[in-house]
Amino acid sequence: MIRSDILKSIIPVITNELVICNIGLPSQELHMIDDQPSNFYMLGTMGLCSSIGLGLALSQKQKVIAIDGDGSVLTNFGTLPTIANNVADNFILLIIDNGSYGSTGDQPTYAGMKTSLTEVARACGCETVIECAAADTAKTLELALTSGKMTIIVAKCESGNIPVPVIELDPAVIRHRFMEEVSRRNG
Amino acid sequence: MPAEDVILDSLTKNRVEFVTTVPCKQLAGVIEKIDNDKRFMHVPSNKEDEGMGLCAGAYMGGKRPCIIMQNTAIGVTINSLVTLIQYYNIPLPMLISYRGEVGERVACQVEMAVHTKALLAQINIPTYHFHHADDALELDGILNHSFMAKKPVAVLMDAGFWRAS
Repeated sequence: MIRSDILKSIIPVITNELVICNIGLPSQELHMIDDQPSNFYMLGTMGLCSSIGLGLALSQKQKVIAIDGDGSVLTNFGTLPTIANNVADNFILLIIDNGSYGSTGDQPTYAGMKTSLTEVARACGCETVIECAAADTAKTLELALTSGKMTIIVAKCESGNIPVPVIELDPAVIRHRFMEEVSRRNG
Repeated sequence: MPAEDVILDSLTKNRVEFVTTVPCKQLAGVIEKIDNDKRFMHVPSNKEDEGMGLCAGAYMGGKRPCIIMQNTAIGVTINSLVTLIQYYNIPLPMLISYRGEVGERVACQVEMAVHTKALLAQINIPTYHFHHADDALELDGILNHSFMAKKPVAVLMDAGFWRAS
């Protein structure tokens, strides 16, 4: 399975949740498969998906799923200690780990070599870290959502991309409709 | 009133509840007060661009954010400021210790000080320079301006300001 297969498989689990989605192809794939006001698409700013997700989770009550990538987490490595030390039990960080920088041409990342993001997250102090095979991502995510515990999921998959259109929504529109949705859900 | 208290009260008056910080010696006092004040959720960052991600998330979650940082970090935040904060129209007051100005003891700090205003001007960020203790009274209006306009603003607080306060 590649990243887009994982995304397709988790749609039934995430479609009613607040989602922050990583820059580049992940956001474009999610936008193509299941566009929702409850999705926040990153159009720029490599690395900050997990930070935006944590900030959102700490600031309101609804569950938040940040769909990040191994390359993005490596770019913003300082995020893992911050997550570990500022526990938000409504926060799930799903790292789709395909061992490559998919959006830039599948260059290999260190996460696909000697570095285990699962072990790094644990070493940073994250208490619930689950590594799963691509095919088990939906089930793992569903369990994490019902657990009521902040969870880091590292879903291992193959490298590869599908053709997707770019997102033509204006950034202010993405942000505005997402905030309206967050506000509505928080009553 | 000490400058730190004016700063905290101005944040509260403008309904800022989420504060992220990266330390600087000049900011030690204000960071300690933020950390001990229940009016604020304080989430320290490891790097300033990470902090801007946290602030963007907090804003979308309904908590007005603020980042407190040192001017030497402006360079590493340019992309986050341009492609996240400005591109999505997110307000973000940046309270910045202006190291490397007159009174500085560490020569290397001057190297970024000479670029600080030019970098902020290059990306069209409204920038205010606090030098006298009374300048802290401007903060209320500056914060209001940032949230009204949904733009980042930079407040550079130099050694003279901190010494006088």
